[in-house]
Amino acid sequence: MRAAISGVGQSDIGRRLFRDPLELTIDACLEAIADAGLDRSDIDGLSTYPGAMAIPPGFSGPGITEVHDVLRLNLRWFNGGMEAPGQLGSVILACLAVEAGLANHVLCFRTVWEGTAQADQGRSAVMPGSGRGGGYRADGFMQWFLPYGAPSAANWISMYAQRHFHEFGTTREQLAQIALNGRRNAALNPKAVYRDPMTLDDYMNVRMISSPLCLYDCDVPSDGSTAVIVSRDGPVNVEAVSTAIRGRPSWDQWDDLTTMALRDAGADLWTRTSLTPADVDVVELYDGFSFITLAWLEALGFCGKGEGGAFIEGGTNIARDGGVLPLNTHGGQLSAGRLHGYGFLHEAVVQLRGVAGDRQVPGNPEVAVAAAGGGPLAGCLLLTRG
Amino acid sequence: MTEAAQPFRVLPRLTDDNRHFWTGGADGELRVLRCQTCRYWIHPPVAVCANCLGRDLAPEVTSGRGTVATFTINHQPWYPGLDPPYVIAMVELEDQPSTRLTTNIVGCGVDDVYIGMPVRAVFEQYDDVWIPFFAPEAAT
Repeated sequence: MRAAISGVGQSDIGRRLFRDPLELTIDACLEAIADAGLDRSDIDGLSTYPGAMAIPPGFSGPGITEVHDVLRLNLRWFNGGMEAPGQLGSVILACLAVEAGLANHVLCFRTVWEGTAQADQGRSAVMPGSGRGGGYRADGFMQWFLPYGAPSAANWISMYAQRHFHEFGTTREQLAQIALNGRRNAALNPKAVYRDPMTLDDYMNVRMISSPLCLYDCDVPSDGSTAVIVSRDGPVNVEAVSTAIRGRPSWDQWDDLTTMALRDAGADLWTRTSLTPADVDVVELYDGFSFITLAWLEALGFCGKGEGGAFIEGGTNIARDGGVLPLNTHGGQLSAGRLHGYGFLHEAVVQLRGVAGDRQVPGNPEVAVAAAGGGPLAGCLLLTRG
Repeated sequence: MTEAAQPFRVLPRLTDDNRHFWTGGADGELRVLRCQTCRYWIHPPVAVCANCLGRDLAPEVTSGRGTVATFTINHQPWYPGLDPPYVIAMVELEDQPSTRLTTNIVGCGVDDVYIGMPVRAVFEQYDDVWIPFFAPEAAT
């Protein structure tokens, strides 16, 4: 398609920065604008996921309106909302807007401040229904989960992982490689939240969250903002995007409990390009929970259905240096912080431009996939060096 | 069981759309909305049947039986007053296996649950809500 990533930017990232999320957002946006060689006055499109939301606390920073107003942008097109094909759906829509001529340069951003929102209260501080007295009642889709003490995607994704383990013999030792690989790469990323070495023993012995997922299978709530600019031309081309979802849009009514919506988004990507999975040099695949990454690897055809465990076993195939498919080269959300999808796109762009520093994938990578989303959310982009 | 002995649970807000599901337990019945035209079970309840687009819908009593499609043992203390570990599961309804309920498996040890386990609905009253849980068929 005729769209490109012309610039990227990222704020400080930390476990708890105690800074206003608007401030983080503007830092990321200004860096992206400068990186693209543009001026604020050149930005005529704005897109974000999920837009301003009060609940759950920290899940989103400013929405379109606040960023538009602070940067005093002159917009021809904008979009924000969470009914989208995953977090990167906001970027995919920006690509369409540029291709259609609705805007020339679309600034896309995603901000989280979940670390600060939790403060020292832990996860329960941001759980729906917690700390609101006995009168709170659950509405909408959460009513089917909250009465059962299942408020978190950790619970929902765990059940997909369990089914995958059951059908295909996937093991915790195999799944561990997503976390271990991320931590190895994070050690080379100065912005990563967790950089200390992690061993398989560390992984196997850490506390369970929701079986079979342990603490190190769950990403780390963080503060940070990422911005990218979509233009007609730039150093990284958007070769293809994918947004398909053919099953029921639901966490517990999806037809195949070893896949998620990413099954359809992954497969559809290859219908819009002459490239194939064998052409891909580096992949940045969502790891809000480790199992989602394994499922994306299968969905995108890097291995067969059910073969994800064997593919990542031992970590050799996905190693940054020497692997056939370097994966989550910045550390992923497991170790680099939960930037909620945009971090993967940022890293794919940095790798294709050859400016990843110590963690640069050797051999001048030319083709990358950035993918985000789990459960009923899924969207991905195939990127090539311009 | 006294109310004070119950664990903390976030309860659903009862509406005309969901009351049949959350109060059927008062009569020991697991009720699910059903299309009166094509007989498709509709869950979560909505005003139009996704199978035939029919509008003539009414709650009906299911067999209350199902099969564990998948599960997880939750160890994380999400809520003060709801102590882990406990089993969260997706149960396929016997009446229509493509339709699942997310639930807890009760009446057995957390390590006794397995995929394919036959289970049956049991209910616990919390205020004006009867939460459907599932217990092993053999134990009910």
